[in-house]
Amino acid sequence: MTQSLERDVEVSRTAPGSSGGGPAEERAIRRIAFGHRLSRWDVKISPYLYISPFFILFGITGLFPLIYTGVVSLYDWHIIGGQGDFVGLANFEWVLGQEKFWIALRNTFSIFIFSAVPQVILALIIAAILDQNLKAKTFWRMGVLVPYVVAPVAVALIFSNMFGDQYGLINNLLGRIGLDPVGWHSQVVPSHLAIATMVNFRWTGYNALIFLAAMQAIPRDYYEAAAIDGASRIRQFFSITIPSLRPTLIFVIITSTIGGLQIFDEPRMYDSTGEGGASAQWMTITMYIYNQGFGASGGGQFGHAAAAAWLLFLVIVIVGLINLVATRAIASNESRSSK
Amino acid sequence: MTTAQRTRAVPPRTANLRTRRKANAAATNKPNFLGYAFLVIVILGSLFPLYWSFLIGSGDASTLRNLDVNWLPGGNLISNMAEVLENEAVGFWRALGNSLIVSTVVSVSVVLFSTLAGYAFAKLRFRGSKPLLFFVIGTMAVPTQLGIVPLFIAMSQWLHLSGNILAVILPALVSAFGVFWMTQYLSQALPDELIEAARVDGANMIQTFWHIALPAARPAAAMLGLFIFIGTWTNFFWPFIILSSANPTLPVALSLLQSNFFVDYSLVLAGVLLSTIPLLILFVVAGKQLVSGIMQGAVKG
Repeated sequence: MTQSLERDVEVSRTAPGSSGGGPAEERAIRRIAFGHRLSRWDVKISPYLYISPFFILFGITGLFPLIYTGVVSLYDWHIIGGQGDFVGLANFEWVLGQEKFWIALRNTFSIFIFSAVPQVILALIIAAILDQNLKAKTFWRMGVLVPYVVAPVAVALIFSNMFGDQYGLINNLLGRIGLDPVGWHSQVVPSHLAIATMVNFRWTGYNALIFLAAMQAIPRDYYEAAAIDGASRIRQFFSITIPSLRPTLIFVIITSTIGGLQIFDEPRMYDSTGEGGASAQWMTITMYIYNQGFGASGGGQFGHAAAAAWLLFLVIVIVGLINLVATRAIASNESRSSK
Repeated sequence: MTTAQRTRAVPPRTANLRTRRKANAAATNKPNFLGYAFLVIVILGSLFPLYWSFLIGSGDASTLRNLDVNWLPGGNLISNMAEVLENEAVGFWRALGNSLIVSTVVSVSVVLFSTLAGYAFAKLRFRGSKPLLFFVIGTMAVPTQLGIVPLFIAMSQWLHLSGNILAVILPALVSAFGVFWMTQYLSQALPDELIEAARVDGANMIQTFWHIALPAARPAAAMLGLFIFIGTWTNFFWPFIILSSANPTLPVALSLLQSNFFVDYSLVLAGVLLSTIPLLILFVVAGKQLVSGIMQGAVKG
């Protein structure tokens, strides 16, 4: 710290005007004045300097592509020829007129429901158990988090093997208890269930830890009071825990909406062609965008891909808002009934 | 200590013995056998897919067709892994190197820039700080895949970085989540008095940041670095678009594994295990930090 003071003095010595040889007093005042000015400048400019790397880099690689997607979506734009004619909303019309887009939308929703609902419920149960006075707490907490370090692509490869139609483990086990094999790849709903299982595998433990953290912030007196009033543990869970978790529930549901509706890795790797099945039975919207933009056959349609990306964004915003309203309503009903 | 606090249920003196006992049982919050059993099942379920890869990955092409599942591993794991490593079309070593470089550079960059910006937002007063922070938080909710087409046009056609790992690194150098995370942490963990003391002692702004803010930020910075590292390591969508099979990252190489060996799952799953081992090692070393990172983030987020 004192070093910097000395350096400031040094600077002021070499500053023009200070070598003029005035009285020592004046020189000292000037030194302080210069150092003061420098420091004020430092205070004013520094915050902007510190945030500028983020804003500059984000502007170039994040914000610009987002806005430019809107531009591309309004043009006839191909990977080879580049920007073509302005076509207005024709790309949107084209995408909305495609049956595959609607199938992809259906699949995306279906997979999202199959993954989000069981995941939140299971995560809540796991969190409630982890919230008790367990022995070896860290062990259990780490244990549920293991799947998080397995890459989605790896998860997809493992599960597409276990859910194999012909030689898969699941069908093998079903056969042993006398059930018919399920077309985990060939059929619509089973393929969605299999893909949702991958998502649940990777994220349930993660979300359980988020819920656990929120549960630990609930004052224990609430439970004690409820217990004295004779409330069972189940009743306590629904009347104290769930309402107190409201902000966390909203957070988890919104983030899993944003992530879940963009799902790509798992369905893309569910078979070796990556086309989402013979009749697009598990093709999602992001896969649709990928196929329009970069697919092996019929790709390179940047205008179509950009329009589909905007439509996906719209879907995410709408579903996000619906979820926000629904979660609020559910959680506040719970808290009302608890009074 | 927390145990003592939690188990202390004090029923009012007027309560009769029966309610008192019941209250104690409901509020002591001791897990019963069922709770442990449930957790054991959850953890077995979490580990099973990895064990299954191990089973299939240590067998040969016929293992899967065998209807009597052999629950003990075969002896071919090493040779299967070796075959994956030697396959030139997959380029596993190259992918491993690329993933290491990309994940390390991205984590260091995100942590540094997020700490700088987070410090400014949390502790420095400047015009426009509130709207700017609001903007950062707002962008967290915007799906990044929306910008994939222009990003491709920019990286591939303007900068000619197609197939280059720089094209993966550049868009990931900063993170809105990171800025938000460090802002939240520093606004609580770094006392204003400490900064003022340093300023009074004559430290300039960057010295204050370097000697005061950075050390205070270390725990949160380490957690952020871990999350960004794992996120980058497992990221697939954008690398899959911009990188080629000649110069992949690990997830991209894994996807090639399927198109190359799609018949022989013993090789595919041996490759899956190989690509997961580095993160499993990281998990053993830093799993505790990951757990507390998620839990801290939850309380604040």
